[in-house]
Amino acid sequence: MNVQSLGIAPADADTSRAILKVVIMAVGGQGGGVLSGWIEAAARLDGRAVQMTSVAGVAQRTGATIYYIEIAPEGSDIPVFSLAPAAGDVDVLIAAEMMEAGRAIQRGFVTPDRTTLIASTHRALAVSEKVVPGDGVAQSDAVRGAAEIASARLIMADMEGLAVSAGSVISASLLGALAASGALPFARETYETAIRNAQKGVDASLAAFAAGFDAALADPDGTLASPKPSASTQPQGPDALIDKWQALVARVAGYPGPIQDITMAGLRKVVEFQDADYGATYLDRFETILALEGAHADPVLSQEAAKHIANAMAYDDVIGVADKKTRQSRFDRIDTEMRQTNTQVMQLTEYMHPRAEEIVGLMPARLGHWAGARPKVMGGVDWLFNRGRRIRSDGIIGFGMLYAVAGLRRFRLGSLRHAIEVEHIESWLERVRETADRDYALAVEIVKCRRLIKGYSDTHARGLSKFDRVLAGADLVNGRDDAADWVRRLREAALQDEAGTALDGAMETVHSFTETSDL
Amino acid sequence: MAERSFTKEVQQLRMGAGETFTGEGILAITKALLESGVGYVGGYQGAPISHLMDVLADAEDILGELGVRFEANASEAAAGATLAASVHYPIRGAVTFKGPVGVNVASDALANLASSGVTGGAMVILGEDYGEGSSIMQERSHGFAMKSQIWLLDPRPNLPSIVDMVKQGFELSEASNTPVMLMVRIRACHVTGAFEASDNQRPTLSVADALANPQRNFERVVLPPYSYIHEQEKITKRLPAARAYIRDHGLNERFGPETGKVGLVIQGGMYNGVIRALQRLGLADISGQTAIPLYVMNVTYPVVPDEFLDFANGVSSLLIVEEGQPEFIEQAFSAELFRAGRTLPVHGKDVFPMAGEYTGAVMLDAITECLKLEAPELLPGPVRAPNAELPQIPDLTPIVPVRPPGFCTGCPERPIFAAMKLVEEDLGQHQISGDIGCNLFSALPPFEIGGQTMGYGLGPASNAAFSGGGEKRAISFLGDGGFWHNGLTSSIGNMVYNKSDAVAVIIDNYYSAATGGQDVLSSRADNASRSTNNSIADAVRGIGVKWVRELDDTYDVGKMRATLNEALTTPYDGPKVIIASSECMLNKQRRERPLRNAAIRDGRRVDVPRFGVDEDVCTGDHACMRLSGCPSLSLKTLDDPLRDDPVASIDHTCVGCGNCGEVADAAILCPSFYRADVVHNPSGLERWMADRRAGVRSWLQARRDRKRLSFSGATE
Repeated sequence: MNVQSLGIAPADADTSRAILKVVIMAVGGQGGGVLSGWIEAAARLDGRAVQMTSVAGVAQRTGATIYYIEIAPEGSDIPVFSLAPAAGDVDVLIAAEMMEAGRAIQRGFVTPDRTTLIASTHRALAVSEKVVPGDGVAQSDAVRGAAEIASARLIMADMEGLAVSAGSVISASLLGALAASGALPFARETYETAIRNAQKGVDASLAAFAAGFDAALADPDGTLASPKPSASTQPQGPDALIDKWQALVARVAGYPGPIQDITMAGLRKVVEFQDADYGATYLDRFETILALEGAHADPVLSQEAAKHIANAMAYDDVIGVADKKTRQSRFDRIDTEMRQTNTQVMQLTEYMHPRAEEIVGLMPARLGHWAGARPKVMGGVDWLFNRGRRIRSDGIIGFGMLYAVAGLRRFRLGSLRHAIEVEHIESWLERVRETADRDYALAVEIVKCRRLIKGYSDTHARGLSKFDRVLAGADLVNGRDDAADWVRRLREAALQDEAGTALDGAMETVHSFTETSDL
Repeated sequence: MAERSFTKEVQQLRMGAGETFTGEGILAITKALLESGVGYVGGYQGAPISHLMDVLADAEDILGELGVRFEANASEAAAGATLAASVHYPIRGAVTFKGPVGVNVASDALANLASSGVTGGAMVILGEDYGEGSSIMQERSHGFAMKSQIWLLDPRPNLPSIVDMVKQGFELSEASNTPVMLMVRIRACHVTGAFEASDNQRPTLSVADALANPQRNFERVVLPPYSYIHEQEKITKRLPAARAYIRDHGLNERFGPETGKVGLVIQGGMYNGVIRALQRLGLADISGQTAIPLYVMNVTYPVVPDEFLDFANGVSSLLIVEEGQPEFIEQAFSAELFRAGRTLPVHGKDVFPMAGEYTGAVMLDAITECLKLEAPELLPGPVRAPNAELPQIPDLTPIVPVRPPGFCTGCPERPIFAAMKLVEEDLGQHQISGDIGCNLFSALPPFEIGGQTMGYGLGPASNAAFSGGGEKRAISFLGDGGFWHNGLTSSIGNMVYNKSDAVAVIIDNYYSAATGGQDVLSSRADNASRSTNNSIADAVRGIGVKWVRELDDTYDVGKMRATLNEALTTPYDGPKVIIASSECMLNKQRRERPLRNAAIRDGRRVDVPRFGVDEDVCTGDHACMRLSGCPSLSLKTLDDPLRDDPVASIDHTCVGCGNCGEVADAAILCPSFYRADVVHNPSGLERWMADRRAGVRSWLQARRDRKRLSFSGATE
């Protein structure tokens, strides 16, 4: 583990220790300037000499920003303040976002001898984290771990969440946490007076201030677990269907303990997607994999298969989208998210852009195949349908259209799209079954490759092509001891960027050694 | 309307003697200008002195009362030229812009000004954009001061020192007939503090009076033979006069004892950092009393050799604290010592890094290093022999993502670059150049469009070599700020005259947005003291462009894409200019949000749009992210064991600009996005209709749910 160098100034000689040094690190637009203004005002109210500086960018709202405050000891004249914080010389560090806390630690502004670190645990994702096709989100746990080592005192909470629930912004809840920490020698009232004197959004700010204050006292390092809402597992529906469901549940109950939860989740997904009979098909497919488990103590293969078969069978088609968009639970969810009071009215607009492929996919398989093979027909269908459509899904007509499309569900299993999906699933599972006996680990990796197929239209096509290429790579390494490891690497490369550049590189490596080994 | 309003703060500018002024550096500078009796002020915005322009604009009434003319100049060149008023007339004037790029633009005017010399004090307030927080190439303005002979003031970064140096700067300028630049670094512009105010002074001669009684003196014109005489004057008259003034008025300061083993020679702006390092070493107390001799140069050009040599006489070695490169002061003083036959050790860039900011850590390390070499006994014990174990803190470098600035939530430029990216997907990669301003963020992920920037208003000009046509056409982007700054002539004029077969996209967001939302000629706002609403399209056609397309809604990604496509494929081989206009969202929100909130409070009908993502429709492929980068469009990890990848999610900061929906449609991404229009204070009929619709939906939903199994909790 690398260790960064820290300032070497010896504490006992340092005359500037009498000056309190506060750093605020934030993302542009979070109100770092407001927060530092309040702290400066509080220090002045306390009769102290104080200086605030910043390198805040002028206008843009997304870059990392830093504010710095120095506060003179009580009764002191104006000292010579520094305009910038120095590594190893910070008493209080306030980070308005988790990765900014990480940046502060990285820059040496948090040291175990003296720094009180007050950080919000919420994330404002950087662009680099968002654009990764897979999961590119930086791991907050590593920052928390480093924070525990680096800080003298640690106060962590979702300050953003606290502020938003109080109808205010994060600067207020962070000020509350600062007040509660007692890291600066000011009374709570002094901070509150600073907020009042600023005369802007006073009530909401005070509410968020109190929330931050209480959170910092009640749960300083934010480790108390928040209760998780449990999803309902019992479906609603007509009795006959409930009976069918119960039969499926009974089947799952017969599986080994560790895989029951994930299989139930998968079962719910496919039943919701189509119906109970389709759920039975899911279990049939799953059991062909489960049968391969043999004496494996840790049934990874079935666990992954339960997940990915469900995702594959509940593919994203027009019917499914229309169904999800017309459910009561969706309207309820949006209502809670968007509407503040019952007196408001809400309108919903959907952005749909069906192409010929989607329309033809809905056709009965034989007709669809016939059309798909004829460019002229496809062109005609495209001409008829391919354009952006704004659908008012709260209105009778828009809702009705989507409702009707969702109603095509009963024809779904006869559609061209379904035929294509079934063929794909079967050949993929066949491959898994072939491999499992010889190389269990490789079979697991092949199952996991299904993660590559996601998205709609072009994105979906790219995902399919990546899936095919990784499986081609699997063929190349088949038989090697490290085959599973290579497939994992290929898959991870495929998830790194959209164009597949990382995958190209990884494939080249695979080619290089598989070709030489043939010689 | 600028990003930040100083209307409350500027009232302090009326303070008189005996009152204490408390506030930011830029406000203190403005107050100092008024106390110095300036007759005119001007400038061009840019970090870190953008807010100084905002202060001046907000203080226009106060300036008017004192008879001070304020020009919001069209460029730094115009600002520099404004100082011409002080050549023939005994009028004090000040302009402000950022350094060194503003000095680059202004250099023609400044060099002429410096040759002519000035009668009234002429000052450039220079915001030196160097080090952390800077957005430009890392250079020093010091070299400009030297080559044109403009005095460079670098006051200690506290309000009383800065204010004093503004006043002294005008005196110095007049005493030596030379313009001065007062340099303030990024943090000093925003530093807060207090100083004792004096009364404001009316200019002794106002610009109006001067206009009524014009004066001229051909000897001040930069033409032979006078230009040769000016050069001689600079050396024989102005430089000695300046040195005498600096010495006689104690502009440079001495601190600490007269003698010592090490003497520190410090740029004024570095003083606080040096003192902090000395405090940390126990060699200074918190008020700055120090055991080390310090020579603080509040004037870094010209150097005053005899004053310096006098300081050097008292010490056995020197450390020169001079940030950036080249090390002009160190070179100058080394030469002076050599000429004087002195051989004492001179430290500077041997212990300090040649390049980069002098941060707290750099300062502490370098001063410690120098003391170890020259006076180790001054260092506290633990530094000489460190034995404390340093804490082991994990390295977070691989984890913490970089966070460069980018387009704001709802930015009207985002859909333009999304469209550009889609066009490149169809037509392949193109040669694309950017400009200065928000539009340059397109060079960063997720767009990664444009690989160069050559200066403000020079986007299209930097494609000049590629404008002869070929298989593909070169594309350039230019903001409205850059267009009016320099772009109309240097870029568009250049395209017209050279029959350029290239495409220029002018992004008109109604403001000089990147610098904080100041108005420009084409701003839509009514501005009482400036002329706005001047059409970019008229200007472009007026200069001779025949192919002009105007889009008044940049969020229409489909139309934007079609227009770009047309420009790249049309047989027309002359210059093609697209003007894409939509208001800067930051400024729009600042303008509209209070009005909207008031309307909602008053019970009027208000429709507030916001976007959302159906998380069960989103597959977590993040294709939308790669065409957006919007801060409000983020990811969220679902509590669903079946999902490996986080899905898209839009938070409460969404302003409903429409980009998400437009891009999803134009790029045929996915049907996950929806727009929710929340209607506040709906009419009775509207509410009745909504209830009926909800009724029909519920009836249909219940009808279907009776025939199937559903897990209502499963979608949450």
